[in-house]
Amino acid sequence: MPENPIIDEAKCDGCGLCVSVCTCGGLEIKNHVVTSINGVKCGWCAMCELVCPSGAISCPFEIIIEDNQD
Amino acid sequence: MAIQLASLKSIPYFSGLSDATLAPIAKYVFEKRAERGEILFFEEEPADVLYFVVTGVVKVFKTSADGKEQIFSIIRPGDSFNDVPVISGGKNLTSAGAMSAVTLNGIKKKDLEVIIKEYPQVALNIINVLSRRVKELMMLVEDFSFRRVSSRVAKILLEYTGKESSERPRLTQQEIASMIGTAREMVGRSLKSLEEDGAIRIERNRIIIADQHILREMAGVS
Repeated sequence: MPENPIIDEAKCDGCGLCVSVCTCGGLEIKNHVVTSINGVKCGWCAMCELVCPSGAISCPFEIIIEDNQD
Repeated sequence: MAIQLASLKSIPYFSGLSDATLAPIAKYVFEKRAERGEILFFEEEPADVLYFVVTGVVKVFKTSADGKEQIFSIIRPGDSFNDVPVISGGKNLTSAGAMSAVTLNGIKKKDLEVIIKEYPQVALNIINVLSRRVKELMMLVEDFSFRRVSSRVAKILLEYTGKESSERPRLTQQEIASMIGTAREMVGRSLKSLEEDGAIRIERNRIIIADQHILREMAGVS
């Protein structure tokens, strides 16, 4: 299970929009590429994915059926 | 604060204009800054200012009578917002808020009218921008009218679910949007709607199908 958004460094142009909208402070720009900050738990609001103009960051959801169903 | 010509050049309204043409236009442009969460203007207020995003991200949204917020579009650097009511006259059609710390360039309605009259190239550029906006809105209308996005999202969730850990696929909202041919914003809205109806529950990075029967009904599958 991914704990942080998935970053495609090749696509990232370092614009920093994802960092600017991140409410949990879990992202930063290092060497012109976005990176997750270790130890900061992402709240998975997926705003970073929404605002990224190059599709470099993604927040995939696991889709599961609740146990008590047939 | 002086407005940078380079920043104006990146705006579709002013593309193709020389520095000599842009310099007098820049005198009509002012800068505005806002913090994350700040509301830039409200729906139904008089539409006086056209804005361009220089840095940061702005959301354009409407709020329903029961307080639900629906995001219509995300405005990134270089893009404009509030064009239609400013040009056509009247009140703001939507509200706008800063999703991050933002720097905006603004032009007052009366100044925009002067610019349009004096610089025909700007008028042509505006027609292009508004044409693109109409296309985007037509797609939204199509989604609302014919496609029943929530139903298609429900179908995708049923198709991509798995009970065993190894079978569980992971999908982004962008991927779901691409699969059903709609905008990413529409998927977010549909997931919220499915959650409100009790069909699913969203827990951080998991979409839990809480009631298969409701979800199947919404997807139109038996």
